[in-house]
Amino acid sequence: MNFNATLIGQSITFIIFVWFCMKFVWPPIMNALETRKKQIADGLAAGDRGKHELELAARKAADNLRDAKAQAAEVIAQAEKRAAQIVEEAKTAAKEEGDRQLAAAQANIDQEANRARESLREQVAALAVAGAEKILRREVNAQTHADLLGQLKAEL
Amino acid sequence: MSTEAHSSGEYIKHHLQNLTYGQLPDGTWGFAHGAAEAKAMGFWAINVDSMLFSIGLGLIFLWLFRMAAKKATAGIPGGLQNFVEWVIEFVDGSVRGSFPYQSTLVAPLALTVFMWVFLMNLMDLFPVDWFPYAATLTGLPHLKIVPSTDPNVTFGLSLSVFLLVLYYSFKMKGPGGFFSELAFQPFPKILFPVNLLLEGVGLIAKPISLSLRLFGNMYAGEMIFILIALMFGGSWLLALFGGVLQWAWAVFHILIITLQAFIFMVLTIVYMDMAHAEHH
Repeated sequence: MNFNATLIGQSITFIIFVWFCMKFVWPPIMNALETRKKQIADGLAAGDRGKHELELAARKAADNLRDAKAQAAEVIAQAEKRAAQIVEEAKTAAKEEGDRQLAAAQANIDQEANRARESLREQVAALAVAGAEKILRREVNAQTHADLLGQLKAEL
Repeated sequence: MSTEAHSSGEYIKHHLQNLTYGQLPDGTWGFAHGAAEAKAMGFWAINVDSMLFSIGLGLIFLWLFRMAAKKATAGIPGGLQNFVEWVIEFVDGSVRGSFPYQSTLVAPLALTVFMWVFLMNLMDLFPVDWFPYAATLTGLPHLKIVPSTDPNVTFGLSLSVFLLVLYYSFKMKGPGGFFSELAFQPFPKILFPVNLLLEGVGLIAKPISLSLRLFGNMYAGEMIFILIALMFGGSWLLALFGGVLQWAWAVFHILIITLQAFIFMVLTIVYMDMAHAEHH
């Protein structure tokens, strides 16, 4: 073993190499490693979050679907009820209208009958008066018997 | 027989000698021819091959990782970024495992130690004759391409780590805390010279064991490659056996070079942790 200045040269070289490595080699690579580690962790977290959100969304969708179904059923039931009600109302209205028309017709008929009866009565009275006139013309003075005739007409 | 033994010895010595630049005995500056000359140069000489190969490998490491760092994206990583991230996550995991404090230094330090030591060790897998032979063709007397078989390199690393350990020991515990850690345990305060001796030896042993472990393993591995390479000079049967052995040793060595780099990194982290910890 033969020591010489190589010892010092080696030490200096070594220190320079370590300094260079410390300044220009280690930090950028460690940075890249750290950044990648972080990115991977973030990615995994995002994946987990996405999965969780998907679960939530699926649950929400199922809820919505159930609500919608319930609502639809309600609407249908209401509509059926309403339809039944409308039919019922229409029936009632129709019946009322029919009754009303029937009543009106009845009234009309009664009126016509009264009118006919009235005119018939007048005609009969006129006929009776005419008959009586014809009978009485010869024997009775029309003026003297006018009271009697009027009374008769009223009674008819 | 004696000439053969002599030439084998020469061969091994040649392969284990660094290319040392320094002041030659005649007063001029140049490359040392042989271990004796290199030793005679004293401390103010430099192992050019260790420096060039280690700096080159370190630059390859930093260039690769810097390229990946520049293009680093949090999106889908490319091939290079994938590899770099794999290494960095491995190192980061080791740091987190044994260093529980906040520090911007320790993880890059561990990464540099691991990759640099690994690449330096990796040079061991090149056949031992290629580079020294190429060097002799260009006129250089020696060329040792595995920087981690040079104790200067491993001690350079471990001494830097040791200085960091001392710095953080002082910074985190204060001089008093650091001193009390050295002097007032494991025995009662009355026996503080004994404690100081024990703990001081323990402290000094850290960088020495750290660098000697790496150096010893790599040096021994290199030595075995060289010994196997000696077989190629024998009969064709011996050469064939040597080839098989070299292949097997290289495969096993892949484990050793990675393991040694890993151990160096882990011990660096552990020492830094001890420097930060209030008590051990």
